[in-house]
Amino acid sequence: MMAPPAAQCAWGLLLTFTFYMGSSCTDGASVLKHHNYCIIGAGPSGLQMAYFLQRAGRDYLVFERSHAPGSFFALYPRHRKLISINKRHTGKSNSEFNLRHDWNSLLSHDSRLLFRHYSHDFFPEADTMVHYLEDFASMLELRVQYNTAIIHVRLERDSQAWNGHYFILTDHNSQNYRCSLLLVATGTWVPNVVNFPGSEYVEGYESVSINPEDFAGQSVLILGRGNSAFETAENILGVTNFIHMVSRSRVRLSWATHYVGDLRAINNGLLDTYQLKSLDGLLEGDLEDLAIVKDKKGKLHITLKFYLENSNSSAGAESITLPQDELDNFATRAPYDRVIRCLGWKFDFSIYNRSLRLMPGKGNKKKYPLIKPSYESRGTRGLFVLGTASHSIDFRKSAGGFIHGFRYTTRAVHHLLEHRHHGVPWPSSVYPITQLTNSIIKRVNEASGLYQMFSVLGDIILLRENAMAFEYLEEYPVGILAELELHTGRKAHNGLFVVIMEYGKNFSGADKDVFYYNRAVGEAQHAWQSNFLHPVIYYYKRLPTVREMRLRPPDWPLPRPDAVHHIVEDFLTDWTAPNAHILPLRRFLENCLDTDLRSFFAESCFLFALTHQKLPPFCQQGYMRMQGLVGNERLRHHAVEAGLLEDHTVMHFTDELLGGQRGSRDQLLKDHVIPGSPLHYLVTTKDEL
Amino acid sequence: MLPQMNGWVSCFSFLLLCTYYMAAARNANTLLELSPQEYFSSLQPGRASLVYFSRDVSPGVRLFLEQLENSVGALQDYGISVVKVNCLKEDVSRYCGKENALMKAYLFRGNVLLREFPTDALFDVNAIVANTLFALLFNEVKYITTLVELQNLENSLKGRSNVVFAYVPAIGTPEHRAVMEAAFVYGTAHQFVLTTEAALAKDIGHEDSDALSARLFFCHCQRVPDLTQPCRRTPMVQSLATLNIHTYLKLMAAPIVTEVAEDPEKVSTVHLQLGLPLVFILSQKETYEVDKRTAEFVAWQLLGKAGVALLSRDSVHLNVLLQSNIALKTAEEGAPIKYLVLEDTDEIIALVEGEIKGEQIQEDEDESDNNDQDIQDDQVMEAVYRDRKRELPLELIRTLTEETFNAALMETAHMVVLFYASWEAVSLAMLQSYVEVAIALKGTQGISLAKVNCWDWPDVCMKQNVTQFPITKMYEKGARSLTYTGMLGTAELLRFLRLSSISCPVKLTTIEEVDEYLSGEVHADSSSYHSTSVLGIFHPRMKAAREAFVEAGNMLRGYVTTGLYAEDDALVLARKYAVPLPALLLARRDDHRIDSVPLSKQSALDIVRTIRSQLLETFPEITVENLPDYLSLEKPLLILFNDGGLNRRVRLEMLSLANGKGHEAFLTCWMNLKNTPVGRGVLKAYFSTPPPLPLLAWVNLHSGGQVFAFPSDQSVTETNVLAWLEKLKAGLEIPSTTLSDEAWKPPLPAYNFLRMMEATLPEFTVHTVYSRGGTDDLQQAEEVSEEKSTVREEQVEEPGLEAEKGQSPGRDLRGTVPRLVGREKPPKRHTEL
Repeated sequence: MMAPPAAQCAWGLLLTFTFYMGSSCTDGASVLKHHNYCIIGAGPSGLQMAYFLQRAGRDYLVFERSHAPGSFFALYPRHRKLISINKRHTGKSNSEFNLRHDWNSLLSHDSRLLFRHYSHDFFPEADTMVHYLEDFASMLELRVQYNTAIIHVRLERDSQAWNGHYFILTDHNSQNYRCSLLLVATGTWVPNVVNFPGSEYVEGYESVSINPEDFAGQSVLILGRGNSAFETAENILGVTNFIHMVSRSRVRLSWATHYVGDLRAINNGLLDTYQLKSLDGLLEGDLEDLAIVKDKKGKLHITLKFYLENSNSSAGAESITLPQDELDNFATRAPYDRVIRCLGWKFDFSIYNRSLRLMPGKGNKKKYPLIKPSYESRGTRGLFVLGTASHSIDFRKSAGGFIHGFRYTTRAVHHLLEHRHHGVPWPSSVYPITQLTNSIIKRVNEASGLYQMFSVLGDIILLRENAMAFEYLEEYPVGILAELELHTGRKAHNGLFVVIMEYGKNFSGADKDVFYYNRAVGEAQHAWQSNFLHPVIYYYKRLPTVREMRLRPPDWPLPRPDAVHHIVEDFLTDWTAPNAHILPLRRFLENCLDTDLRSFFAESCFLFALTHQKLPPFCQQGYMRMQGLVGNERLRHHAVEAGLLEDHTVMHFTDELLGGQRGSRDQLLKDHVIPGSPLHYLVTTKDEL
Repeated sequence: MLPQMNGWVSCFSFLLLCTYYMAAARNANTLLELSPQEYFSSLQPGRASLVYFSRDVSPGVRLFLEQLENSVGALQDYGISVVKVNCLKEDVSRYCGKENALMKAYLFRGNVLLREFPTDALFDVNAIVANTLFALLFNEVKYITTLVELQNLENSLKGRSNVVFAYVPAIGTPEHRAVMEAAFVYGTAHQFVLTTEAALAKDIGHEDSDALSARLFFCHCQRVPDLTQPCRRTPMVQSLATLNIHTYLKLMAAPIVTEVAEDPEKVSTVHLQLGLPLVFILSQKETYEVDKRTAEFVAWQLLGKAGVALLSRDSVHLNVLLQSNIALKTAEEGAPIKYLVLEDTDEIIALVEGEIKGEQIQEDEDESDNNDQDIQDDQVMEAVYRDRKRELPLELIRTLTEETFNAALMETAHMVVLFYASWEAVSLAMLQSYVEVAIALKGTQGISLAKVNCWDWPDVCMKQNVTQFPITKMYEKGARSLTYTGMLGTAELLRFLRLSSISCPVKLTTIEEVDEYLSGEVHADSSSYHSTSVLGIFHPRMKAAREAFVEAGNMLRGYVTTGLYAEDDALVLARKYAVPLPALLLARRDDHRIDSVPLSKQSALDIVRTIRSQLLETFPEITVENLPDYLSLEKPLLILFNDGGLNRRVRLEMLSLANGKGHEAFLTCWMNLKNTPVGRGVLKAYFSTPPPLPLLAWVNLHSGGQVFAFPSDQSVTETNVLAWLEKLKAGLEIPSTTLSDEAWKPPLPAYNFLRMMEATLPEFTVHTVYSRGGTDDLQQAEEVSEEKSTVREEQVEEPGLEAEKGQSPGRDLRGTVPRLVGREKPPKRHTEL
């Protein structure tokens, strides 16, 4: 599917060559290596993008500071167990569907590169991921330059460049590289550190011992409440005196928030012991107000910065006021042997020159660079952020920060770039309108990108004139729906559908009870109240404008449509039930398009063809092209029994002449024909009255 | 935070509005409290006032005073003031002094005491209003107790005035109030008569069981010219509520038939204003008097349900069919007027009642979810669904997977593969036919059947370029695959598979082979599947044409058997069949005839087209299978329906029509209802009462859709038919029907989730009202806070309220009906504004 014609490859290479020649002439002595696409980081997202560029025959190079891909996974998670599931059996053979439950594989055409061939564990080892990434890079022969740390990125204005400037990358050997487009796939790897009095006593997650024996008989305080904090606690739970955990806000359980980045059940052993009063505990407090004091015995005491400021700093630790001096049941009054910081990571902003204006996001997204919904930096055209670092788009919502999410957003970015710089429109297929219901049903049942990147990526259905055909675009970032024509090269003049997946609006949340009675909706007519992930189809008569996108209600992926349809949530996520799923969807589509999308046997089409001047699309596009559905006797008999088909073989005219009333059951075939006669009929009947 | 804020702001504004209204209303609705002196000095002549003299307030009295206070507004509408007079302790005057006077309220006109009411008769607002008006309208509303009284009254009013007769079970009920309020307005126009006698109500003749409920009749006495004739009485169907009575009386008072002489589009009557349909009887000068009588007859039938207008066609130029005799205009704005051809008055009544019922159904649908939506109306899906429990005998069909697919193609000479989706109904229907094909082909060498479920193996399907379902392909070992494009049925697929195993075209090398081929001896085993063989004859030098023919033969593979002769002696054949080269020979086995066609255009597609058109017959029997082929000619059909085969005479007549003068302009064909039973359905649609068979019809499918029946009293001969066709052309015949050219609309509405969501998720509405607010908004500031958008929405709502507020509570109810009607409608949703 991805393979471009060979000629295009050659053309791309030729272009590269001329670019290269041109630049070496102007730059004179200093040899500047040029690439159209530079990717920083050979982690999952960097390799994923490299794969797409390679398949498209583009000139690209990946820079990796380590000697092998996936260096983050070589160290993290410290306890070596990934929390991304590796579901090897789903009972289905559909490879696309199976990716819904494979959170580790990258996308490729090579089925050997499926993670299930690498690990049998449901939660695989981190080393396996490193191994997998090595294979991915080598088997696909991706161009990665290892041992090259990019330490500085700046812009060089040039009106000839794709975006009006080149990116000049400098590596640790002061070697410069010139790039037309920069793809930042560095992830977030700089540990978050909090500074408070006594923070020098705190050990970091990145270097703390992972041997439980080292914690035997100790009292431990852990700062943070994410997966790394709980993973650390889980590891030493059995040997410590007790573990306390402090964080600013309450714990967010991923099964309540439906966000995979929140605390996963596999790590939450401490919650269990806390709630069962087995000495471990969970506290909320602002780390900024904290202070740690070490006493003579080497024990660490928790106090508040406030007390510290009020006391004489020269005096010994014993003279500092502790909270329990005033409040003798203060929760963390027991001294600790160790304090461990597990506060997560942030993006490394340091290598980008100010002129790139790569800014951090706001609030809880400040660990990520600020980007547009097209994954392009807000400050610099031509700089795209991929992978975990691009998570500001859907932080705490969808899966864009994780392999099983960003493998799709990376593909979307690739499609955007193909159109922008190579004139290749977004891939699409055109179908006759009779296939509309089927196309949607097929996608919502198997598509993995829609499923993983729910509410972020959506399928777009562009209607052709007269709504007799439609064009199907897969997995487009709905955040840039308004600029669809610009980004895809496809036209949306005749209305469009957007197919996305959503959780119920008020279902997910850290404080929500997601197990309440009657939490699932069963009836199609209440589908809009569905809580679990389910397909939603938006219909717009015209593309929403940028302004409408901006003013959409908070937490709504899209602005108000002209009509909307929810396919009722399904316990098995199998949306193929004829009456509960397909029928209401068909009615929705029919009413949006103002047509009749039912299927008919050839016999019905025959009747319509001779008794109507117009035909329903199914007959028009099937029967009239000599591709009618004949069916067999049994099926026709069922249809007759259902009152949806008239059986003409048993009907005789004599019955009719004798006044045999035609059953009203054939509502389907009711004729729009009004038998006519001139006025004198009316007059004569009147006279009889 | 923001949405809450938002909600809070709008809630607050709403409160503000409410408070404002309450304040405004209080003024009008407070009970005036005066001293006896003040009261008596304020009395104006002719002005009515209801007064209660109060001394000390006991609990019973307090209840009464509450009701009295509540009725202040209602009575004020009729110009009646309501006063509470506070008696001084020492006052011993007529009204204040008497102990039992305190159990009474008094109605004065000016300073004349009209009536005193015991306070317990005035138990609520309805009772207060009803009793007060009843007393004031003593002259306008006659109270009677017997049928004779009513008849006398009617007799006395014949030719002069109409009578409104109401029965209410008791005085002071809401129905009584409604009647009195109507009497207040219409009392001068009609004579109002009231009774509380159930027996009288029964005599008047509504024998339904709930005879005790209030009823109202309109007695049409004004139009009775002859005193011996009784007044017609029209019962009111709706319940006795103020609005209903007003509507009803307006309808009764309207002229029974409106005579109009202008474009129906412009006509508006009280019926349309009240939301009822208007029926036009289209008349001509010659029949005007008769039509007028018809119109009146219909009008009486439809009284209260629809209006009837008589339109003279001579005075207006109507751009509709001459034979249309009825037009129906509905109150729905923008709805087109329907012009119809109806046969008798019952049809008109049925039409109007259907219309009303239809509307009601529509309303029901809007209000509660229509359950029909849940019922499958797709015949294919339903049939497949009903058959879901039956297990198909699939053992003759291999199920291929991603792993086995490629290997399987190598195993047999011909591998047929059905690509389908296991959840898709059309696929599953096709699968059933496929199974039948497999059974028919069982044991056939060199061909095997397989299937791939694309729901399980999307990659296989994608690689085979299968993007929709179902698709059947035939893979030939070492050759390109062939995609089946014919009808999805057992017989059709089977024929395709049989024929496509014959290589196409067959290369013939001797004249003997050619003769054999043309006589059908070459593929005798499959000859039952093809009635016509095609042979291309080329001179060896005609390389291009020959190659094009080979390609065409490939394209037609599975549908037509083709042969190729390109030897040196091709000219011999050409001479034999008297045709220049290159040429086609068509051996029509059924007719024992060999036709020759010179090949003028020589691209493969042209050759395919030529062959296809040559395969069409001149006088075909139309079947379900071949109709699309013939319809693609886009000609009118001259079609003979028969129950069984045609007799020789008719066949010959028809054949000569098919080959005769002007035959190119239409397609002569016939239909055997024994072979094609669905043809009966066609006849049923063409003729309300099917004429006897055989029946010849002219169907103008592609231009206008008129259907004409050949007169059954004439015999089907070429001359008769041609003469008839001339008459048709001249427009002298009346079509028995006109086929609908309506587009196929959604059979039923969808769930309106958007509306359901709006009801519970206010933020959805608020944002959109603003963001969809129009283009001028775009020039406004870029970022707009949510609060602002809420404010806007309030503004949107306000004009409606203000307009209503602007109308002061009128003294008279005239003109209130539209207002009430307007209010009765649910408030428009934000989206619609």
